[in-house]
Formats: sequence, C-alpha cells, structure tokens
Amino acid sequence: MKRYDAIIIGAGHNGLTNAAYLAKAGLDVLVVEKNEYIGGAAVSRELHSGFTYSSCSYVCSMMRQAIHRDLNLTKHGLVLVPYLGSVAFGDDGSTLVSYPTEGAGYNQLRRYSPHDADSMFRFQADLTRYSQLIRKTLLRTPPDPTSFRPRDIREMLFLARQFWALGEKELYEYIRFFTMSAAEYLEDYFEDDLVKATMASPGIIGTALGVYSPGSAYILLHHVMGDVDGNIGAWGLARGGMGAISNAIAGALQEHGGEIRTNAGVRQILVKDGKAFGVALENGDELHARIVVSNLDAKRTFTQIMDKDDLPPGIYKKAKNFKIRGSSGKINIALSGLPKFTGVPDNRYVNRGGQTFVGSLETMERAYDCWKHGRWSDDPFIESVIPSAWDPTVAPPGQHWMSNFVQYCPSELADGPWTPEKRDQFGQTVIDKIERYSPGFKDLILHMEIRTPFEIEAEVGLTEGNIFQGELTIDQLLFNRPFPGYAQYRMPIKNMYMCGSSTHPGGGVSSACGANAAREILLDLRRPNTVPEDDFYDE
Amino acid sequence: MMKTEDRWAGERLKETHFHPREAALNLRDAWSSWNGYKFADYYYDTEYEYFCVRNSCGTYDICPMQKYEITGGDAEAMLNRMVTRNIVGMSENRVTYVCWCTDEGRMIDDGTIFKLGPEKFMLTCGSPCLAWLEKSVFGFGDVKFVDMSDKIAALSFQGPTTCAVLKKLGLKGIENLKPYNIKHFSFQGGKLMVSRTGFTGDLGYELWIAPKYALGLWDALYAAGEDFGIQPYGEAATNMARLEAGFIMPDMEFNEALKTVHFRYDQTPFGLNLGWLVDFKKPHFNGRRALLQERSKGPEYTLTKLDIEGNKPAEEATLYCDKRCTRQIGYVTSAMWSPVVKANIALAMIKTEYLQGDIWAEIYFGKELRQTRKVAKCTVQKKPFWAPARARATPPQAY
Ligand SMILES: Cc1cc2nc3c(=O)[nH]c(=O)nc-3n(C[C@H](O)[C@H](O)[C@H](O)COP(=O)(O)OP(=O)(O)OC[C@H]3O[C@@H](n4cnc5c(N)ncnc54)[C@H](O)[C@@H]3O)c2cc1C
Repeated sequence: MKRYDAIIIGAGHNGLTNAAYLAKAGLDVLVVEKNEYIGGAAVSRELHSGFTYSSCSYVCSMMRQAIHRDLNLTKHGLVLVPYLGSVAFGDDGSTLVSYPTEGAGYNQLRRYSPHDADSMFRFQADLTRYSQLIRKTLLRTPPDPTSFRPRDIREMLFLARQFWALGEKELYEYIRFFTMSAAEYLEDYFEDDLVKATMASPGIIGTALGVYSPGSAYILLHHVMGDVDGNIGAWGLARGGMGAISNAIAGALQEHGGEIRTNAGVRQILVKDGKAFGVALENGDELHARIVVSNLDAKRTFTQIMDKDDLPPGIYKKAKNFKIRGSSGKINIALSGLPKFTGVPDNRYVNRGGQTFVGSLETMERAYDCWKHGRWSDDPFIESVIPSAWDPTVAPPGQHWMSNFVQYCPSELADGPWTPEKRDQFGQTVIDKIERYSPGFKDLILHMEIRTPFEIEAEVGLTEGNIFQGELTIDQLLFNRPFPGYAQYRMPIKNMYMCGSSTHPGGGVSSACGANAAREILLDLRRPNTVPEDDFYDE
Repeated sequence: MMKTEDRWAGERLKETHFHPREAALNLRDAWSSWNGYKFADYYYDTEYEYFCVRNSCGTYDICPMQKYEITGGDAEAMLNRMVTRNIVGMSENRVTYVCWCTDEGRMIDDGTIFKLGPEKFMLTCGSPCLAWLEKSVFGFGDVKFVDMSDKIAALSFQGPTTCAVLKKLGLKGIENLKPYNIKHFSFQGGKLMVSRTGFTGDLGYELWIAPKYALGLWDALYAAGEDFGIQPYGEAATNMARLEAGFIMPDMEFNEALKTVHFRYDQTPFGLNLGWLVDFKKPHFNGRRALLQERSKGPEYTLTKLDIEGNKPAEEATLYCDKRCTRQIGYVTSAMWSPVVKANIALAMIKTEYLQGDIWAEIYFGKELRQTRKVAKCTVQKKPFWAPARARATPPQAY
C-alpha cells in the first residue's frame, strides 16, 4: 500500500497552504477533502446562474503577502483588489462614509463632532502601533513560555523586544487593551455614538462577545491588523471571489507535485502505539502516511475524528471545552440592480463599497442579548459588501450580488433545533432591516443563500459555525492557541499536527496557520525550510 | 455684463478636448502638465485608478501626445530612413512601435507609426518632434507632414472589460481586432478610429476622433462603461501600469538625446533593451553606423528588470555587486511595489559586464521622518512583470 509523506485532512486554504509548502520541500503530499469542492471557508460558488458568491469569507486583508509572492499566486490566477467607500448607517438613518483621503474624512467627522474628528488621528496612530506589533507575530511560531529550548528563548526575546519597543506607558495601555471591551476602549477617544459604534463594530464580527464584553477590543484589532499592499486596515476583494485564493494555492500545490482528493471525508485518524499513521475515509478506504495534519478545528479534530482512547488524558476534555461558539450568519443575495441607500449620494465612489448597519452601541448590545437567549437578533448588526460593484467577473453586467454578514445568530436556538423555516425567517429579518435603509431593495432580489451557523457547520465543518475555528480571546491566543502547551502545531500524538485557524494566529484568510505548521513539520522531518519570512519587519 | 479679461491667459495651460468631463471628475484637483496641456496626475486615488486598469477599465487622456500626419509618395521612405525599425511592407491599418536616433545612435524618442493608407502615416510620440521631422524630410521630394496634435482627440482605454464596453458601445466586430491593428467605425456622424494599442501591458484600445465628437464619445463610452467599472486614470496610475509591463518612460529610463547635456548620458536602443527595434538589413537609416559599432561592442549599461527582496520600493537606489556596497554597478530608474504581482519591482540601468553576478540595491526609506538604509538582494527578471493572456488573445476571453 502506498505510503504518503503527509496527508492533510481538509482542503481549507490553510490545509492547502500547508500542503503546498510540504510539497515544495519535496514531500509526497495528499490533501483529502470531504466536500466535492475545495477552499473550506475561502470558497467561490455559483449557486445562481451567472452569480459567483463568496459563500463564507468575503473580504481579504490578512493574507500574507510574503506567501502570495513566494507561491507565485498571481501566476495561479489570484488578483486582490482593494475596495473603498464603505458607509456606516446609524439607527436614525445618519451615515458615516469612510473616505480614502484624510481631508474628506476629517471634514465629515467634524459634522458629527469636531472633538472626534481630532481624536481620530490619535486613535489611528494607537491602533496602528498595536497592529504593527501583532502583525509581526503572524508568520512565526509562538514560543512556549515554559520551555528553555534555545528556539523558544529566542522567540520569547523577540516578543519581549517588540513589547518593550512600545515604551513603558504604551506597554501598560497594551495590556489593558487586551482585556478591554471595544466600547470601553473607544470611550477614551470619541464622544459621538455613531462614530463609536462604527469603530467598535469590527470588535464583534465573528465572535460571541458584545461591544461591552471584555476582550472585544482585541477582536477589533484582529480585523484591522491586516493590510492590502501595505495599507494597514484596508480590505480587498479577491477577483473571482474568495475561492480564487484557495484555487491559486491549490495551483501552487499541484505545481509542486501535490495531490488533492475531494469527496473524501475522513472518519478517523489512525493511531497505533501513540503514533498517527494514516486516515480512514468515510467510504471505508484507508490511506497511510508518515505524518497526518488536520486542517479541522481543534474541537472537531479531537472529539469527532479521533478515538478518545488514542488521546493522552486531558486532551479530550480540553478539546470539548474549547471555546468555539457560533454567533454569525451569512446571507448571499443576487440582485437585479445596484441597490440605492437613503442618504448616500449615488456616485461611483461611495455607493459601491460596503455598508455596515451599526445602529448604535446600544443596538449592537441588544443584538447580542438576543444571542445570549438563544435567538437571532431581531435588529442585527450587518456588514455588507457588494463585490460585483468592483469585480466584473462575479455577476452579469448591471446586476450584482451582495454579501451580508450578520451578527448575531446562535448555533443552537432556545426553542429547539434549526429548521429550514427558521432559517428563512432569520433571512427575512435581515432583508427587512436592509429594506429600511434601501427602499425597494427586496424587489431587486433574484436569489438568496441563507446560512446560519447550522449550515456553516454542515458545509464547511466549522464546529458550531464559529468562523474563526475557535474564539479569539486571550485564553485562546498566541501560545494558548488552541491549548496551552500545544501552540507549536505539534499535537499530543506523535506524527500528528494541526494547521487550521484553531492554531496561531487564528481565524481569517491569512495562510499563516498553514505556513507556520509547515515550518514546524519540516523542522521535525529534518528538511530545509521552504516557508518565507514575512516581509515587513522594518515597518 | 462685460466679460472680464483673464490677465494671465497666456500663462495658463491649455485644456484638452475631454477637459470638461475630466475636470468634473478630478475631485482632488491633482493637475500637472504635458506638452502645455493641463493633465491629471490622478482623479480620485492613484491606487484605485491603477486597479481599474487591471480589474475593470479606465480612460487616459492622450490628447497632449504629439501626432503627426505624414503623407506623400516618399512618406514611407522618409520614415524608414528616420526610424531604426523596418517599416516597409507594413500593412495598412497596422501600428508599429519604433524609435529614432541621432547620427551618433543615441535615442531621440520612441513612438508609434500608424499606417493609414499606401501613402499616409501617423507618427505619435511623447515630446514634440517637429524640428527633427523637418530635418528628416530633407532630400525627400514627395512628402508632407502636418502637426495634428491639437486636431485629433485621443483617449486611451485600457483594462480587462474594455472589449465588452466597446461592444456595448456598438463597435461591431471589435472583438476580432488583433493587437496593433486598426479598425474604423462611423460614430455619431463622425469617424472613429480604434487601434488595439496602449501603454499598460493589459487588454486595451486607443480611440481617435475629430475634436468636435470628443465629448459625445466620452459620454457614450461612460454610459456603456457604467456597469463595467469605467473610471478616468491619470499619470500616476499609468506610470504604475507601464512599469509592470516593462515599458520605458522618457525622463525616467532615458534622456531624449537632443535634450541631453552630458556626453553619453543619453542612451542607445541597445542599452534600453530595444535592440530588436534596430534592423541593419534594411537600407540606410539614421544612426546606423554608430549603432553597428554599439552592437558589436555592447552597451555600457543595459536596462534590466529587477525583482527586489522586501517591500520597500527601491526608488533612486544605487546598485552594487556586493552586499557591502563597495562597487557601484548601476542605478534604479523606476521602482514600485506591484500590487497585482505582489512583488517589489524596478527597472534599472546596470553596467552590462556585471549583469551575470550578484546585484544589491541600497535603498533609503523614511519611517515617520527617520531615514533608514537597507541593502536588498535583486534578482534579474527576463519577462515583463505583468503580461496577462488577455492582452494578446483575439478575441480577448471574457474578463
Ligand atoms: C461566514 C464566514 C465569513 C467569514 N468572513 C471572513 C472574511 O471576510 N475575511 C476573512 O479573512 N475571514 C473570514 N472568515 C474566516 C475565514 O474564512 C476562516 O477563518 C478561514 O477560511 C479558515 O480556513 P482554514 O483553512 O483554517 O479552515 P476551513 O476553511 O474551515 O477548512 C477546513 C476544511 O476541512 C474540511 N473538512 C471538515 N471536516 C472534514 C473531514 N472529516 N474530512 C475531510 N475534510 C473535512 C472542510 O470541508 C474544509 O474544507 C469568515 C468565515 C465564515 C464562516
């Protein structure tokens, strides 16, 4: 029987990245994917003729530029296009446009609050400082703080140097920042509620926290630390949808001789004498390999495709208690025309980017209350983008598709299991809200794909539909991700590794988890490293 | 009320035939000038405009470009004597890229020749060329040239969705137009000439029409392009796109020979990697003897494409053959971070003898006013940084 050098379970973008780097090092690798398509949560699908949805993730900013360049993803078809001109809507219909020039942004903020217009400069500088620090850890393996191995000490020193460079005052601020809520943090800067609500909104995306929950300030940072071509905080679209990223990585993988098998769900990781040696597929086939890498989230990996008895004591419980609460829904809508929003001038620059329906801090917090009680928000926070306004390849000319990310939507409802009817009611709530800001919106709808955490889990295998493969709270970040003592991609079973977003640096389409894991695997196999360094250490 | 006279009228830049529409869209008031015309650096955001060229489509005003109509029985012979490339036997409705040189083989300018009839040509170039043309017709009897620069409105239309837009505009069969070919259409009662040419390395066309139809063309094009992401772009975005395509720019890669002060600070086509434009098999042409010599001896410097490590653009960087920067071997002429390729790219003049060895760039960059120096390894790149299949395919596949 053929024995691969490595089998990677899951063709999410991280699994593919991991496989590409192993293949680049000359290993014989196979990726097995349960779905008939690849990409996991970075996927493009034509579910309505002529319209290509980015079904899950929809915008890109964390993708490691060094990897894009190193794997030559442009040659494999990837073009990332930054988009501009998002508008935030308040409860009363007031709007806040994010202009690309400082002058225009400043003039607008002054209309709300001269104080806030001024504070924005300080806020941006502070956030950039924190971003720069955290960005430097993305393409690095977190050190084990309890270890005395030279590598760990070196990495601890690297981290310490970065923190120290903040200066004493900022160091305190930074530690405070990690434990604060987004709303509290913003109190330090702004007085206007719409400004605060707008700036706070990235703090709740994908997380089961509210704007007033401790820890949401870090989530905010997680969403602004990426960049497009060095513009920190900017977001871009992948031409052809987010699947273009996964497809390009798959192209690089195949160029280096790697193999991908779809419709090949793994039932179990095979273990003997404390060592992983292959996988058993759902169809009964067995495949063997020197090492096994899981792209699945930590909870799924250890509680669903492993035998509890194969695991050392404690791990099963840790995995069971891994915080991976689903809180987001996603509605993809095909539209017969470009929607118009009340109060937004119809020009090519501001009516084309994204819409965030923030309401106010209170509205967002109330939306969270619903989640806590096992209901979807009746007045949800929605982050929308119309990719087709920028990308000519994803909808017929003149027609559009709109991506709507919805916060909050629980994975388990208080009144019993999800049903197709409830799913549709959830969708109705969302389009009712959009209609309020865009009269006539509903008449434009040609097709809808409504996804609650239930659908997301069923399709992508993200447990509870948590978009990050596990909450991004300090107890599950850096050397604590996924569990303390296991942050270096090696798992408690020999020859077994993890490479998905459950590992450092966490969720988002970054390729970093997969690449970091590859670096560790190659080290163990005594192969030369193929993973590049990030290219902004002189930032 | 009497119209007040503009006391500074003579100082002001001229406005192109498309100016009224462009002024309305130039939200940043970012104007510079080209050949005496007011000319947009950018309209809204350079990066955004650059991405329109790479992702959807954009228009770039080339009214200020110089255009000469050259006619007569000797027109072909005269041009063939002037430029280094062989243009005899060019078919009608074809465009070819050319350069021309001084007697010493130093490059005066580059441009394009459009063959519009058996005895009718159009020469386009970046800088005025009138005086040189006057010199060049000397000795040829039946040739006449007219400066048409102000009499033709021209718009470069570039990007992946351009073909779809022109189709929607009603230009039948545009999808069958091959690169460097020309097609004529009637348009709103006038004549519209379309060439499949451009300066971006992407799919694109150039549109040529009499000035009185200019605004009509603009409006129709923008109406057709509305659903295809049309946007005007300026000099800054052009400069990004052309560098990715590996095209040279006067005042960046080369000094026009007639304007160069220092001996040999101008360039020959060989040094600029344009040796393929020089045809020694054709009859005598200007600069031939000097260029023969240059070919056998090899140029002192050669224009080279570089892929540079890191992400700090190597603007104006000096190049060395060693990391310690002891021996200088050349200099960067244009540099940028390429958003589409995700690479730190540059064009550079490098002493030919050092091309095979290591190349290091000494880059200076500022970080909140503090200047930093960095030495980065450079890799020579043979092909253009960006050359999508759609730029050459006929018909261009769906964007
Ligand atoms: C709705 C939504 C919106 C998001 N929006 C954004 C965004 O805009 N920007 C952003 O950067 N990030 C976003 N994210 C987060 C981001 O998409 C994910 O963090 C990232 O794609 C995860 O990639 P991954 O490779 O780690 O894992 P996954 O993409 O989860 O890949 C896991 C793969 O394993 C497969 N699999 C599961 N079980 C098995 C099995 N038993 N056998 C074989 N294969 C199996 C799955 O089918 C899947 O292909 C979003 C996520 C969601 C869900």
